[in-house]
Amino acid sequence: MNDGVVWLTIFVLSVFVGIEVISKVSSTLHTPLMSGANAIHGVILLGAIIATAETTNGFAVAVGLVAIVLATINMVGGFVVTDRMLQMFTRKKKPARNEEGAA
Amino acid sequence: MATWVQVTYLICAVGFILALKGLSGPKTARTGNLIGAAAATVACLLPFIYLDHPRHVPLILVAILVGVAGGVFGAQRVQMTQMPQMVALFNGVGGGAAALVALIELNGILTISDNAGVDPSDVSGWFTLAATAFTVFVGSVSFSGSLITFAKLQDLMTSRPVVFPGLPVAFGGMLLVAVVLSVLTVSGPSVLVGIVLCLVGLAFGALLVLPVGGADVPIVISLLNAFTGLTVAAGGYVLSNLVLLVGGTLVGASGTFLTLLMARAMGRSVANILFGALKGGSTLGAG
Repeated sequence: MNDGVVWLTIFVLSVFVGIEVISKVSSTLHTPLMSGANAIHGVILLGAIIATAETTNGFAVAVGLVAIVLATINMVGGFVVTDRMLQMFTRKKKPARNEEGAA
Repeated sequence: MATWVQVTYLICAVGFILALKGLSGPKTARTGNLIGAAAATVACLLPFIYLDHPRHVPLILVAILVGVAGGVFGAQRVQMTQMPQMVALFNGVGGGAAALVALIELNGILTISDNAGVDPSDVSGWFTLAATAFTVFVGSVSFSGSLITFAKLQDLMTSRPVVFPGLPVAFGGMLLVAVVLSVLTVSGPSVLVGIVLCLVGLAFGALLVLPVGGADVPIVISLLNAFTGLTVAAGGYVLSNLVLLVGGTLVGASGTFLTLLMARAMGRSVANILFGALKGGSTLGAG
């Protein structure tokens, strides 16, 4: 199979998996799910690390380091903020406040 | 790339699927988030182990430390009521990072083709160049769009829809310019074209979000989140990296679906939320 077709296959199947796994989400979890998904795409950090580690151009290194800082903020901040949101769901219920944050 | 690296990447990709699955149920949500964090951490450690001679490692580690400090500080400080704008900010910087990565890759492809004296599309194929243009443009859109949504929710600017005459024309014109620049990135790529595409994306992202009313902003954040996911997926194709492709696609697909769910929960259509104000102020009362 052609290399491009392999990537296309992975892409198409991932689309269906992505829709399928969250199809039963309850509406109170919309915001934490959005936040968690946001943290997952912070994995662009991996791309930023690879791109920076392979380049020799000084300017590209500087741009890469900026990308690494931004991506790390996305990934680490995203997971921490999601965990904070979810703590409120598992701890004692404070419904009025919770609903506002989750709406 | 060694087989064990590819298998570990696969395990990380499965971790992201389990994370999303966990996040969609109240009992499993926190575990799901932790699984996602673990998978992302493992994926990001891998290049330090398997790359033959990674350059600039100390600088990279310092940059990561700065990012960790910034991310944890922001995430811990934010008030519960300010969560949506914090997510928007994190999403925006992620989109910006993806655009920058694509610019570096474009530069890398051009350097290789210059040294070898061949056409850039012979180095990487036209589809890779197209995916690079997509990443640069949509990543920039996500960056500036998210910053505007942050400003709206944080009351740094009016949360009412901002509309001016000629906005639809400017909108269409920029989209056209972006398409032309993307075609140029494939046919005669240069870093300058990439940077201009990045700037057009920044302006387009701002125009996309300005007409949205305050109450609808969380749905737009979700949409921009899906945009960033697709950007990361395209970046994964450019870098031939499975985790980026799968992780980005999962977020792109589930984010789009989540956007539709959120819009449905509010009894609105996404098109109406984005463009309603252009047709006559249907979101005016929402702020």
